[in-house]
Amino acid sequence: MPVTVYIPTPLRRYTENQARVSTEANDVASLLDDLVSRYPELKTHILDDNYEIPRYVNVYVNEEEIHSLQGKGTRLKDGDQVAVIPAMAGGAQPFSEDQIKRYSRHIILPEVGGKGQRKLLEAKVLLIGTGGLGSPAALYLAAAGVGTLGVVDFDVVDMSNLQRQVIHHVHDLGRPKVQSAAETINDINPDVKVIQHNTRVASDNILDIIADYDVILDGCDNFPTRYLVNDACVLAGKPNVYGSIFRFDGQATVFAPGKGCYRCLFPTPPPPGMVPSCQEAGVLGVLPGIIGVIQATEAVKLILNAGEPLINRLLLYDALSMEFREVKIRRDANCPICGDNPTIKELIDYEQFCGIGPATH
Amino acid sequence: MESIQIDQELNIKGEVCPYTFVKSKLALEDMESGEVLRVVVDHLPAVTNVPRSLTNEGHNVLEVAQISDTDWAITVRKA
Ligand SMILES: [Zn+2]
Repeated sequence: MPVTVYIPTPLRRYTENQARVSTEANDVASLLDDLVSRYPELKTHILDDNYEIPRYVNVYVNEEEIHSLQGKGTRLKDGDQVAVIPAMAGGAQPFSEDQIKRYSRHIILPEVGGKGQRKLLEAKVLLIGTGGLGSPAALYLAAAGVGTLGVVDFDVVDMSNLQRQVIHHVHDLGRPKVQSAAETINDINPDVKVIQHNTRVASDNILDIIADYDVILDGCDNFPTRYLVNDACVLAGKPNVYGSIFRFDGQATVFAPGKGCYRCLFPTPPPPGMVPSCQEAGVLGVLPGIIGVIQATEAVKLILNAGEPLINRLLLYDALSMEFREVKIRRDANCPICGDNPTIKELIDYEQFCGIGPATH
Repeated sequence: MESIQIDQELNIKGEVCPYTFVKSKLALEDMESGEVLRVVVDHLPAVTNVPRSLTNEGHNVLEVAQISDTDWAITVRKA
């Protein structure tokens, strides 16, 4: 009697990845015998040493569990559909062989393990900007197996970016940065789903963009975007992993909901023209590698809930003297947006500075 | 020696270190505390590496036994 057996994904690795196996059998017992003789590796997963079906495996004939039929003696007829379903913990998808190898150094770590790796694969991180900071952050988050990476940028790749924006390559010149970034990310790790936001963040779109993400990584290079991202994260209750670079100096911290924000540090932006931008001031090409990867580290720690996050601590890095310092930062009860009586209740688009077009790199 | 009730068996013959430990750890993660996993390996370094790593993670290695010319069984109770 030709009968079809459905093999669920956890067992498919033992059936040469076939979801359905055809077999000739008159009853369930002979069907199982036939199955394990053709796929010997399947045996320990569906039968015990006495060739009985263990308690953690259920067998269904046409969607009826065989205990409610005649057990292993249940007769089969032409065209019957049989399914062999093992118990699964938490419904989590098992790792593929490639994933076991790719993430083995994570799985070995007691602080990560398979559970932590699943958290990473299920996590969604949004990178504001795919420039100096966003590039290294994205590369490492992709390699680490963060399952969904959103990338926001409206710019195209320019020759002057390649000195530090390591996710973009010569053959990407002139292409949208989000496209170039998405391609590099998937070249590193096809497990990662990349969502391209080829747009400039503004007060009318940022809340929609950040809504689906667990962690926001701010790698922008200008004050209007910095304040916009801060305010949006406060209003939406999202953790904001902050990084900034200037010449030879970098800063990083994590603004967690309820624990202060960028406006607690600097309530309002400086007036336009007061502070030079990257274009005018220059930046050491390797500097964002350090800061962007610190941001990626903090994002991973937030996802894993591991270690001591960089919350209420502002990390200051001086590349010339090669020194790290740390200063305490606190939530300000008088903060205009996250304080006890906030005065800012909606998003503000600040004027772009420097007379140069707004930038997110 | 009293026979140990095995809850799950993992046959990873052909697998090498560190994947022997990685796969053993993944199998234990999907089990309940107190349950017993029996891991069959044929990669000789795994016979010492896997029990050591499992012990480091706090699990209780009950037995390490050679079961054939090529195969070893590591029996471990999940912490
Ligand atoms: Zn604040």
